Amino acid sequence: MTSTTATVRERARTGSSSTHIARTLKYLSLVLACAVAILPLITVFMAALKDTREFATTGPLDPPGNWFNVDNFVTAFTRGNMIQGFVNTTIILVVSVTGAILIGTMAAYAIDRFDFRGRKLILVGFLLATLVPGVTTQVATFQIIDALGLFNTRWAAIALFMGTDIVAIYIFLQFMKSIPRSLDEAAMIDGANRLTIYRRIILPLLKPAIATVVIIKGIAVYNEFYIPFLYMPSSELGVISTSLFRFKGPFGAQWEVIAAGAIVVIVPTLVIFIFLQRYIYNGFTSGATK
Amino acid sequence: MAVNTTGRPNDDGSGAGDDRQVLVTAGGGDQAPARGSGSAGASPGRDTTQGRRTTPWLFLLIPLGFLIVFTYIPVGNMVWYSVTSWDGRDPVKEFVGLDNYVQIFTRPELFEVFFVSLYYVGGSFVQMALALYFATVLSFKTRFRNFFKGVIFFPYLLNGVAIGLVFLYFFRPGGTLDAVLALVGVQEPPQWLGDPSMVNYSLAATSVWRFMGLNFVLFLGAIQSIPSELYEAADIDGANSWDKFRYIILPGIRQILGLSFILAISGALSVFEIPYIMTGGANGSETFVIQTVNTAFKFSKVGLASAMAVVLLIIVLVFTWIQRKLFADDKVDLV
Repeated sequence: MTSTTATVRERARTGSSSTHIARTLKYLSLVLACAVAILPLITVFMAALKDTREFATTGPLDPPGNWFNVDNFVTAFTRGNMIQGFVNTTIILVVSVTGAILIGTMAAYAIDRFDFRGRKLILVGFLLATLVPGVTTQVATFQIIDALGLFNTRWAAIALFMGTDIVAIYIFLQFMKSIPRSLDEAAMIDGANRLTIYRRIILPLLKPAIATVVIIKGIAVYNEFYIPFLYMPSSELGVISTSLFRFKGPFGAQWEVIAAGAIVVIVPTLVIFIFLQRYIYNGFTSGATK
Repeated sequence: MAVNTTGRPNDDGSGAGDDRQVLVTAGGGDQAPARGSGSAGASPGRDTTQGRRTTPWLFLLIPLGFLIVFTYIPVGNMVWYSVTSWDGRDPVKEFVGLDNYVQIFTRPELFEVFFVSLYYVGGSFVQMALALYFATVLSFKTRFRNFFKGVIFFPYLLNGVAIGLVFLYFFRPGGTLDAVLALVGVQEPPQWLGDPSMVNYSLAATSVWRFMGLNFVLFLGAIQSIPSELYEAADIDGANSWDKFRYIILPGIRQILGLSFILAISGALSVFEIPYIMTGGANGSETFVIQTVNTAFKFSKVGLASAMAVVLLIIVLVFTWIQRKLFADDKVDLV
């Protein structure tokens, strides 16, 4: 016992100067990482506040003369179709996330609470689908969307966001295991049928899992570029990603307007992140380890 | 005596049960009350055998429909298209056997794009090393811990198009990077996106910037779920930080390392957004998926593009299978 204490003390003494260096290096690396994460965003933000002449004559690291110059943001909204983009993104997001939750909870309820022939096969069916990277199958998915008459409608994106979300089913499945079956049984004795149990017991108790799915799915839909780009080429159907992508054409030489567009897309994410930090961390941790 | 040097307040442990967290109440009120358990007159609360058989299928009807229509039929069709010379419109699909696959592996301009993936594979190793470093550092007591955590993670949440434009501005001649380099005396920086020998490094770096935060948060979560008694015991034994990393942290997060590894590999093989948005595949930055998309939708060679997609799918499945073998999953069991 005494010898252990002595060793610890000795180590503490000899280690003190090297500990100091290690601490300095640690904070230095953290500050450097923050600089690398923030600098590209800050310079774009500053560019968005400059007028055309100012942008041409100042360097990227020079702060703007007027921190409240919103002209470029106005241009981005009015001529860059960003309002339309936000409307479309919101519609698609609300419908597809709600749909994904209903689909995911129904599937999880059926798989977790019933014993039926083929149950295992269905579970494997959902599991295998997680292995198929969505990006590879678009060549063939395109034909299906086209055949269903969904091409160039919002329903294309909605159907694909709703129907290909298997991770959500896993989150619900895991969470449902923690809801005691005795609740179902008690309700059944009171004469509730399965749909009532699903609606009145399972759905409300799944709220934390639903919140997780809303966060992961919401961020994914908000950021999705490929699906709207491929399936909704018409410009009235632009979501924020595709509307912003189209800035590259008409505003090709006007970096200050492009910068404003990028900032307009980034700000909602920042606000959501600041207010929902811990749920976002939880969501991604439970989502990835499915 | 056992001083807790770890100081891990476990701040983001289980917010799951928090009652403030009512974000959405998905009310499924619009469905017709389909009666799963029919059987009027039977003792209440007991399903008849018939009801028990059909009810789960009623709940599974829609989920399975979506699964089949948007995952399994496309995969099946893709395999079928891949042995035809279909152009995407012609009502007749002409069977050409393995010709498309032969083309992929014999025409250099088709398989060359796989080498571009290597830059992203390299990038993903850098990404995991950085994530592991910052996760380890921040799992110990650190001032402004949550601030650092937030800033390092935040890029992962951003819109890919916004990131693409931000980094076009960052890398452009006279842009942010050149300005920073000028501060430290670099007068003639390379053309980050214009030079074919530079462009893939720049794009892979952008990819690292974007995705490192996810690996970081996953690793951090795994490290924090290691019981703190282990660190205390290690302290008593006089272990230093490296020992703790090597003998406690690394074995403790083996599972998530394996998962991240496979995600990184399949991600590197299916890179699309960043290069497509930033360069459109110019200057030798074309990736396999950009090429597949162009082959199918620009050059209307759906047959050939399907074969390319099948090749990618097989590669990803093989890597996933290897990962499952190497890091056998003993924790998650849903069946």
